[in-house]
Amino acid sequence: MRFFRYLRRNKRLAAGIAILTFLFLFATLGRLIAPPARAYPLAVPANKPPSLEYPFGTDSQGRDLLATIVMGTYLTVRIGVLAGIIGLAVGTFLGFTAAYYGGALDTIVRWAVDVLLTVPGLLVLVVIAALIQRTLNPTSLSLVLALLAWMGPTRTVRSQVLSLRERAFVRIAQLSGEGNLEIIFRELFPNLLPYLGASLVGSVTGAIFASLGLEQLGLGAMREPTLGMTIYWVQYYGAFIRGLWWWILEPVAVIVLIFMGLFFLSAGLDEFANPRVRRVA
Amino acid sequence: MDPILSARDLSVYYYTERGPVKAVDHVSLDLQQSMRLGLVGESGCGKSTLAMALMRLIRPPGRIVHGEVLLDGVDLVKLSAEEVRRTRLSKIALIPQGAMNSLNPVMRVREQIADGIVDRDELFSIAEIEARVTELLESVELDPRVAGMYPHELSGGMKQRVCMAIAISMRPKVIIADEPTSALDVVVQRQVMDTVRRLQEELGLSIILIGHDMGLMAQSVDFLAVMYAGRLVEIGSVEDIFLQPLHPYTQLLISTLPTLEVRGVFRGIPGITPTLLNAPEGCLFHPRCLKATDACRSEETPVLKEVSFSHCVSCYLYEDNK
Amino acid sequence: MRAAYLLKRFGLLLVVVWTAATLNFFLPRLTPRNPIRERIVQMAVSGGYLEQGIEQMVKAYEAKFGLDQPLWKQYFRYLGDMARLDLGYSLTAFPKTVMELIGEVVAWSIGIALATLLLSFSIGSLLGALIAWPKSPKFLQYLVAPLMAVSSVPAYIFGLVLIYFLAFRARLFPMSGGFTLGTVPDGSFAFYMDVLKHAILPAISVILVSLGGWALGMRGMMVTVEGEDYMILAEAKGLKSRRIFFRYAMRNALLPQITGLGLSLGYLVTGQILVESLFGFPGIGALLNRSIFVYDYNAVLGITFMLILSIGVVTLILDLIYPLLDPRIRTGRKVR
Repeated sequence: MRFFRYLRRNKRLAAGIAILTFLFLFATLGRLIAPPARAYPLAVPANKPPSLEYPFGTDSQGRDLLATIVMGTYLTVRIGVLAGIIGLAVGTFLGFTAAYYGGALDTIVRWAVDVLLTVPGLLVLVVIAALIQRTLNPTSLSLVLALLAWMGPTRTVRSQVLSLRERAFVRIAQLSGEGNLEIIFRELFPNLLPYLGASLVGSVTGAIFASLGLEQLGLGAMREPTLGMTIYWVQYYGAFIRGLWWWILEPVAVIVLIFMGLFFLSAGLDEFANPRVRRVA
Repeated sequence: MDPILSARDLSVYYYTERGPVKAVDHVSLDLQQSMRLGLVGESGCGKSTLAMALMRLIRPPGRIVHGEVLLDGVDLVKLSAEEVRRTRLSKIALIPQGAMNSLNPVMRVREQIADGIVDRDELFSIAEIEARVTELLESVELDPRVAGMYPHELSGGMKQRVCMAIAISMRPKVIIADEPTSALDVVVQRQVMDTVRRLQEELGLSIILIGHDMGLMAQSVDFLAVMYAGRLVEIGSVEDIFLQPLHPYTQLLISTLPTLEVRGVFRGIPGITPTLLNAPEGCLFHPRCLKATDACRSEETPVLKEVSFSHCVSCYLYEDNK
Repeated sequence: MRAAYLLKRFGLLLVVVWTAATLNFFLPRLTPRNPIRERIVQMAVSGGYLEQGIEQMVKAYEAKFGLDQPLWKQYFRYLGDMARLDLGYSLTAFPKTVMELIGEVVAWSIGIALATLLLSFSIGSLLGALIAWPKSPKFLQYLVAPLMAVSSVPAYIFGLVLIYFLAFRARLFPMSGGFTLGTVPDGSFAFYMDVLKHAILPAISVILVSLGGWALGMRGMMVTVEGEDYMILAEAKGLKSRRIFFRYAMRNALLPQITGLGLSLGYLVTGQILVESLFGFPGIGALLNRSIFVYDYNAVLGITFMLILSIGVVTLILDLIYPLLDPRIRTGRKVR
């Protein structure tokens, strides 16, 4: 149980994992309490404040908010994770080949990443999403988001591989006759893992952020109860003026938890990868 | 005459997660007026920590655990932070290790020499400061135009001279030079040390020179102190140390110096320095000492004792002044 | 040497802008159904008072996109238009051009953007530096965790919370809009006070969230700087604490912070847009939101293009400023 002992020292990582585990349980077990079917319009009476029957209240479209938030957490996080994983996979592949094989390929990749990183991703996404608005559903949204999620990992992986490639242990492996593929998998990959982990968390955070932004502007799957769409409906139906406070606070609370969890997770992973000397009181 | 700078039973410990590291342990030494004292030892023996402690520059997790540092009769350890700040540069100055990085990269040389002078109670006019800066640069053999440059535009030797100019800017009584030439090549080293000597003679400074190059020490100082694992093991004049080293560690150090006369196989000193976390009992050197006795292994760490005039050693071999 | 650097940065700007324009050109054409054309036809079908405008618009559309001409010719005409910043007509606010629409709202956005950026950057950096400085009061350390928590959340989420508590519950501030409905913008003092009142909540949302980011970044940089050798000599020189803090520590730690500023422009813009759209603040964000809502594709494309262009230009300006701040980049001469 060295892992748990480490967690006690790395409080940030512990906090991150705790929050995310809670959210995971909420999203999965929550379904047992609140059937997903109630997360769609006209499932229950509208505009009801929280009560025993509807613990999270209901919204103006007639959705049970408990079911909505449970589904929303699941959907939004899934969008982020899917986009993040695709982004990471593509990014790792590109970053790796660019750094390892160098030359013209490297230059092209580097330029592409630099240019695309200068452009604020959300704006490009807005354009794309606006054009394919009708066909948007959570999965297609993930794919769109993945389009802009690969640049960060590419850059990280590339710089890491570049620095690792010159290190002694790679040279030794080459000299002792290990083939290229072998070197890639046996020597370089294990050293990349912490950076891949941090990159993944970063990509997922960015993807969730972008998905929320797009949905808030109205560029999301209209029927699905993702968290971003919930916020969109909150604005659309003027929840503030009508005093439907539960509808506002619940998605916000969950979103805050998601981001805080991801943030602490990434800070914790950061600490794991670069242990800093702490000041002793 | 009273020594101008004196450390009495000084100890500096670093408190780490695994326990206290005794970087400097019960060190006492005196620096007389206009004396040049060299402080030698292996890497990690505590010489830099001692230098920092003398100026009260120890930062957490390190602490001065006990002892006194008497500068001109005043105990620096007991002063407030503000009072210590006033004595720095004006009474005691530092020429730091690694002059390469000791200058602020975004300030011009002129400002860096001037700001030490300016942060005092006296007020100076701009003309006065400018004149002083020029005077200081010339005294370290630098072209006064250097004043308008940034540190990255200077070579290593020049940066070191700027640091020297800063150190003498307020005519302190004591200068601590922490390995001032370690990063320089031999030719520049010689020039820098010549300048140091000249300044010391002109201004009547007392200098503590820290280093690990025994040969350089022999040419540059009058007295030599040898440190090992946080303790002072021997101190004496340069002649005494080189011609009649008493402590076995000192003897080994001297014997490892190549000379022009002797040919043969060179040996290092066997063993490694002890960890300062769990120091061995008795004399810290006994695991590597060829002349260790039972007393060395079991009793308390030996104290510094005067064996002959101004030649002290802390070793059980000399307990009864053999 | 400077000239080469300048050219490279300028070249990057051109590439970015060209990429944006190209994407704008080709994306609508990728789908088999051209959304712009569809939209116009849709509007024609639904009739209404725009009937006459439709004819003109379709003609302009045809001419502009030259559907009868080969693709590459269309493309170059388009690039030419972009270079002159002719973004075409707004589909829904005809006969206003997209440029006009942007012009109406841009002052609002820039005003808030500058104010929030300056405030959050300066307060945040100072705060972060103080937290990292060993000689500051201890209570500052307790700020770190809350700062972290707040900075991880998107600004408009925070805005929602603020709206709920301060605008709805406490009725301290107005909930949305740039000024009270029905007021005539007449440049009077009362009008400006009204604007200010409406701007406070959106500004605070953005400031609080970005503040945390800058503070944490500055704190990290200060920790690095404190380990540098010149800090030891600074203390050994007996300098006053305040001088060491500002001239030695902060001055050096600010340099990477400013680089960070350049890199984060994209996030700042997107955050700002989303906050504006949430609050209904009459800036670019609200314009974008509305345009999406009414399917005004020209406006959406035009606005995003202008935003990308602006970010590129600002990045370039920052790149040019940086050597002025860091003397090491300015001159490479060595003296013997």
